Amino acid sequence: MKILIGVPVSKGISIGFARVYVKEKVKVTDAKDSVPISEKKELLAKSLKKTKEEIKLTYENLKKTNPKEAEIFEAHLLILEDPALSEKIDEYLNKGYNLAYSVKASFEEFIETLKNLQNEYMKERANDLYDILDSLLRNILHIEKINLSSLPKDSIVVAEDLTPSDTAALDRNNVLGFVTEKGGPTSHTAILAEALNIPAVVGVNNLLQNIKNGDELIVDGTKGEVIVNPDNETKERYVSLKKEKDEQEKLLKEKAKEFAYTKSGKRIEVVANIGSPKDVDKALEMGAEGVGLYRTEFLFLDRTVPPGEDEQFEAYKVVAERFKPHPVIIRTLDIGGDKQIPYLNLEHELNPFLGVRAIRLCLKEKELFKTQLRAILRASAYGNVLIMYPMIAIKDEIIEANNMLNEVKEELRMKKIQFDENIKVGIMVEIPSAALNADELIDYVDFFSIGTNDLTQYTFAADRTNEGLSYLYRPLDAPVLKLIKLTVDASHSRGKWTGVCGELAGDPDAIPVLVDLGVDELSMSPSKIPEAKEIIRSL
Amino acid sequence: MLTKTFTIKNKVGLHARPASVLVQTANKFKSDIKIEKDGRIVSAKSILGVLSLGAEKGSTIVVTVDGVDEEEALKTIEDLVNNNFGDPE
Repeated sequence: MKILIGVPVSKGISIGFARVYVKEKVKVTDAKDSVPISEKKELLAKSLKKTKEEIKLTYENLKKTNPKEAEIFEAHLLILEDPALSEKIDEYLNKGYNLAYSVKASFEEFIETLKNLQNEYMKERANDLYDILDSLLRNILHIEKINLSSLPKDSIVVAEDLTPSDTAALDRNNVLGFVTEKGGPTSHTAILAEALNIPAVVGVNNLLQNIKNGDELIVDGTKGEVIVNPDNETKERYVSLKKEKDEQEKLLKEKAKEFAYTKSGKRIEVVANIGSPKDVDKALEMGAEGVGLYRTEFLFLDRTVPPGEDEQFEAYKVVAERFKPHPVIIRTLDIGGDKQIPYLNLEHELNPFLGVRAIRLCLKEKELFKTQLRAILRASAYGNVLIMYPMIAIKDEIIEANNMLNEVKEELRMKKIQFDENIKVGIMVEIPSAALNADELIDYVDFFSIGTNDLTQYTFAADRTNEGLSYLYRPLDAPVLKLIKLTVDASHSRGKWTGVCGELAGDPDAIPVLVDLGVDELSMSPSKIPEAKEIIRSL
Repeated sequence: MLTKTFTIKNKVGLHARPASVLVQTANKFKSDIKIEKDGRIVSAKSILGVLSLGAEKGSTIVVTVDGVDEEEALKTIEDLVNNNFGDPE
């Protein structure tokens, strides 16, 4: 038994098995060796079997959701059983080459043939062969490759770090937790774990040296501990602890289906922050009464061309429909020079967090912005959709954005395309200038939503990703609270409302303070909703 | 030994699914089954071989079957081709 310590970023306890995710490159040399052929053939047979099992798993998973695509994997299985391939491999083995090289060289001969066909489809199949070859070689060389899209039951994903593209196809049904060597509280791993409501521990030193695939793990996402191959006593203790917590959580979830009123009878709307339509199930399960922040960035990252209007429309519409009649606040694109987006030609800036980002970028990239507005407006015909502009500093930005919105509305009217004529528009209040001037800005919008993370970093002029400045991350200090109060009061003076959609909204210590300041809506990671509602009811 | 010439009529030709079906079918028989297209001869029991023919709609293939169950094998393959490998078009 070993206990590893890291940073707890998502609460809960999970007991499962390590699936070590490494992106190690496969290296093969053409050396001959003296390993008996019978041994090589035995290893080959074993590796083929294992690779086939992996492909079958992918096939079975895909068949349920995408049967057309799954057919390809049926062909992959046949490829591994192909007699022509095994004959070829035998030829190389008989010449004395090592097994990995024999396999690689044989595959490459077939790949060459397919590539030379004058047929796009067949050329694609050549790429498939590279994939199969890669899986097979990993099995031969015992380089584990964990396909995150089809995990065995009770998996705890162990990795150096996880990026959005690693987890895009994550098998959400079988993952019980994350443990990573890198990353902090705002890392992708942390955000994803929160969204899935599973424990995560990040920043574990020498993690990959201490855990191997298949190790039994206990992840304590509250304490930040990872227990490797626990002894019976420890395991039993955690099993009963987990049972207790699960029961508590079940009770809370049951109660989370009801609205939350304070003791004085004020209803606080408790809504979810979501990052893609995939988060909707979880949000509904946890008792979200709508979406207070729909981050749309996921549509724009990891691609070479911007998403089209129809693609965006579908992604917005499906969420609006699922939550109808509850509100879904869609935030327009919120990115800047800290992200690499090839099609935007973002200029390298000395200080991207104070640079051309969010609404500032959208007002420059007019077509990009109008396409998104069109998609949001079209989706508004299918539910209760609201628009929110991020990073507003001055009223002129709201006026300009609203002018563009009106142009797009007019275009849609001309084309007789349906949308919600009364769609509400709000802004994120996350720059001190906006909070300080909230009483003027409120006349141009229907609501405010305070982004406490950015508001805090801009108030204290301290980059919140800079670990050396963590002492200045003080969202509950007087300066930030004063700005929140100004914002809330300004909205109430015009009969409008203010929400909070930053980390603070889901923080048990902060909720009483925010409610006391008059905040009307709290938007948070879905997993935090049940507890938040309980806290509100106690106030 | 039996030989018969066929024309591929289904829309996508001998692509992944039709090729898979053909190979799976061929593997049910003991006979040696070869397919020839434009002078290239491959085993019908090898998916890589069948794919490498690049047989599109309208291509002509010659199937040669040799073995104890050759008649049944050829008949089954003939049905498969005539049914467009189960494709609707």
